[in-house]
Formats: sequence, C-alpha cells, structure tokens
Amino acid sequence: MSDRENRQNPLLHVSDLVVSYGKIAAIKGISFDVYKGEIVAMLGANGAGKTTTLNALTSVISVKNGEIVFKGKNIKGMPTHKITIMGMIHVPEGRRIFPSLTVGENLRAAAYLYEKKDKALFENRRDYVMNLFPRLRERVTQLGGTLSGGEQQMLAIGRALITGGDIVLMDEPSMGMAPNLVMEIFETIKKIAENGQTIMLVEQNAMMAMEIAHYCYVLETGNVTYDGTPQMMKANKNIVEAYLGS
Amino acid sequence: MITKRKNHLLGDVIPVIIIAAILIVLKEFKLISTSRLLILQYIGLYSIFVLGINMVNGYLGIFSLAHAGFMASGAYAAAISSKYFFKESWMFPLILLFGGLIAMLIGLIMSIPSFKAKGDYLAIITLGFSLIVQSFLQNWRFVGASKGINNVAKFTNIYWVYGCLLFAIIIVRKFINSKYGRSLKAIREDQVASELVSVDVKRAKTIAFAVSAFLIGISGALLVHLLGYTSPSAYGYTNIVDGLVMVYLGGMGSITGSIVGATLWQILIQTLKNLGTWRWVVGGGLLCVIMIFLTNGIFGNKELSDAIHAIRKYFSRSKTNKTISEETTK
Repeated sequence: MSDRENRQNPLLHVSDLVVSYGKIAAIKGISFDVYKGEIVAMLGANGAGKTTTLNALTSVISVKNGEIVFKGKNIKGMPTHKITIMGMIHVPEGRRIFPSLTVGENLRAAAYLYEKKDKALFENRRDYVMNLFPRLRERVTQLGGTLSGGEQQMLAIGRALITGGDIVLMDEPSMGMAPNLVMEIFETIKKIAENGQTIMLVEQNAMMAMEIAHYCYVLETGNVTYDGTPQMMKANKNIVEAYLGS
Repeated sequence: MITKRKNHLLGDVIPVIIIAAILIVLKEFKLISTSRLLILQYIGLYSIFVLGINMVNGYLGIFSLAHAGFMASGAYAAAISSKYFFKESWMFPLILLFGGLIAMLIGLIMSIPSFKAKGDYLAIITLGFSLIVQSFLQNWRFVGASKGINNVAKFTNIYWVYGCLLFAIIIVRKFINSKYGRSLKAIREDQVASELVSVDVKRAKTIAFAVSAFLIGISGALLVHLLGYTSPSAYGYTNIVDGLVMVYLGGMGSITGSIVGATLWQILIQTLKNLGTWRWVVGGGLLCVIMIFLTNGIFGNKELSDAIHAIRKYFSRSKTNKTISEETTK
C-alpha cells in the first residue's frame, strides 16, 4: 500500500515500546503501525525481539514502557483475555494447541466466549476454517497432540479465526514446516487477509513473508532498523545482503 | 478427551445412595462394630477432603500443598464456633458452613500467589502456608496452643458425613461441567493458549482455590466433631502426604477416583494400625509402586459413569456382532 503515509487512524499503533527481561532490554523503544486490511510483516534474525513484541502486544509478558493503542484505546497492561475479547487474536509461537483435545474440541474451545449464545456464528466460522484447511476436516476427531507440525499450525490459525477478531498476530507460521506446506500456509494467510482480517506476521523466512506482506518492519536486536514496502526492501541493497541472502 | 456427560449425574450419585442405604442398615441394626463404623466415617470425610484437593491439584493441575492449612483453618473455625456460638446439635450445619467459609476465605487469599508463581515455586509457597498455619495454631493461646481444643461436642455421625459427601460430589460435578470447570482443564493443558482463547485465568484460579478450600474446610469441621478434639500436630507433613497419596492413588481429576483413593488408603491405614509407625513405610512404599505402575492413579481422569458407559457400549456391540455372525453362519 503505497498510500500508507496518507492513511489515518491505524488499527494498531505502537510507540516507543520497551520490554525487558530483568535488566536486559529485549525491545528498546520500537514504534510501528498496522492499518486495517493490511498484512504487516516483522522480519529479523533470531533474538531480534520479534516474538517478544507480539507477546508484549497481548500482555503475555509485561511491558515496561511505551504505548499500545488498539482501536483507539490504550491496551498496555490490560489482561490477556480482555485483549482477546477486544479483537486481537494471537497465534503463539510453538502453536500451543490443546494436545489432549481433539481437533474439533480445540476449535470449540476457541469459541469459548460465544458458542452457547450464538451457535450459528460458531458453525459459520468453523465451516470457514474447514474450507481454508480441508486437512482439519479430515482429522476432526483426532487428538491435537498427534497432528503433524504443519497440521498443528493450521489448527492454531483455525483456532484464532474461530475466536474471531479484527487483527490476527501470527508468530512464525512457517516454523518447522516442509517447504511446500509453507507455501500453502502463506497462501491461506493471504486469503484470510483478503477476507477482511488484518494480519501481523512475525517471520524468519523473510522471502516468503515479503511475497504476501503489504508493509515490512525489520527488527534488529530490539530496534526497528528499517521499514518499507517489500518492493522498497528488495530494491535496497543493504537489506537484501543482510536479511535475504544472495 | 472431553466426553459428554449429561445424564451421567445419576451414574455417580446412585452408588452413593446405595452405599448410604447400606450404611443406615449397618448402623441402625448394629451389624457393624463401632470401630468399623468409625473407619466408614473416616472414609466419607476424607473423600470430601480429597475431592477438595483434586479441584486444584487434579483439575487445575497445580501442585499445591495448601490442603493441610485449609483443613486446619476449617477445623479450628468450626471447633471455635461450636464451643462459643453454636452449641446446640441442630446448629451443626451452621458450624460446618462456618468452617467451610473461613477456609474458603483463606483459599481466596492463597489463590493470589498462583497467578504468578509456577510449579515448584508455587508448591513451596503453599507448603510454607500450611506450615505457617500449623505453627500459628501451635502458638495461639486462645485455641490451646499445642494442646489444641478439647471437649468439642461430637456432632458428627455417619449421616452427616455421607450427606456432606453427596453434597460435595454434586458441587464438584456441577462445577467441573460448567464453563469454569472447562476453563480449569484448559488452563491445565496450556495456560497461555487458554488466555489467548480469552479464558480469564485469574478468575478461574481464584474460584478453583475457593471451592477447593471450602470442601477441605468442611472435611476438617467434620473431623473435629467426629473426634471431639483437635490439635495442631494433626495438620503437619503427615496430613499433607496423606492427602497427596489419596489423590494420586485414586486418580487426578476424577470424582470416582477421589472416593476410591480415600477409601483404599483409609482402609489400609486403619488395618495396618498394629504396625505403628511402620505403616507409613508401607504407605510410602505403596506410593512408589503406584507412581511406577499406575502413573495416573487407579481411575486416571475417568469416572465410574465412563466405565459403565464403556461396558454398556461393549456389550451392545458384542450383541450386534453376534447377530451378524449368526446371520452369516445361516
């Protein structure tokens, strides 16, 4: 989205975010915006602070300083479940599905808040997820813990979609997956964004992420060192050398 | 796996009713010796105790050692109330309720450390709590310091014990199948993931600790009014270990398991009474065996109603198989 500078009221606005583990600052005052309908990718090497950033957004870890404004409301320090209710859904690192529940039950758990009140909405969203990931339909009675890594990732994303929200934070959706599955997952992420949900993606696989992202931030040891559209990034020789190889 | 349990409430309650009927016959017709009757009452009240422990240690999956402290507070609160306020025997429900509520209040406070602390650290905090309660009671003159409270009215009888047990089973049953009960299991599976599907972890933990402490408090109140005295020494390490053994023996996160665990352990302890201190050695050895061969306890997280259901399913299946095979032979 080239007209990014002109857009007003980002869905998610983060400024001067500082997160530290004890005395060590993991995030040293980063700022970024996510607009409605975008796929924003946050790229960076191991230990750059990508996961920490996402965890800070949903209060899984506590924020030391800075501002997180979501839908015009400062959500810094708000408990995790309330942030989820507000519509920020987090697909955590390592998937964290419920291993002793079946696939169907995992999806039902995601509808924890509204299933009883609005069964139709749940079934609607479940069908949506099943159509995105036909593999889940095949394995609906299988225990979550017995799924392969890729299927678990699908389940984790499916769970987030059933919870329903305006923005989905995805932590390394390609981690530990076969290359052809990675393609599949990214295609699906694109589809989800086309259906109207905003996506913030954290990825090590920069090439893949840039294929689908509208805007990228590069994170380096706790600082945003570069931001721009994927085209701008590819044109920048330093970035290509540092992150993309070749 | 979560299995649907809608009409299975009867499955667990009916056995208790049958047992209660047997007890009435045994007691009223004096078919049982007083010492045996006492063992039966121990079984009942320790079942309530174990149900309470199972709430936190089983369903919520937190390794807590606070049960001795909860039991002590429930027992002392009840003993004090029956000594000074509720002296008549018809006030016994109030006494039990008072003991339960005081323990519940303390349980609410004890849930606070569980928000942040995890695993071993939380275990140590809860152990500390139990020992603080014990040493507090040992030094509090008003409750007789280390001599404890004597001459408590012996209100407890077998009907009260099993009535309370029935009540406890219904509470736990309702709670576990409610929204909060399911959120406890989700937290046990993965706390972060359940937060991210918008489970209010703090509230779930608070409620679990409160219900747990309430049940344990009631069991403490029953125990005091059964024995007629109480002293701080009853709520130390032995009590902590006792509770854990019964929970692990029966099965974590199972109502049937709690009762089976309490029953087997009480029978074992009481029949081994002649061995004196050595019975703890036998008990400890048994615990080792359980942990090696029956990692999930006797019932695991299954219920009696599940077993009945499975048996029924098995028989109906073998029946249909039979008819099919008969048809094919024809």
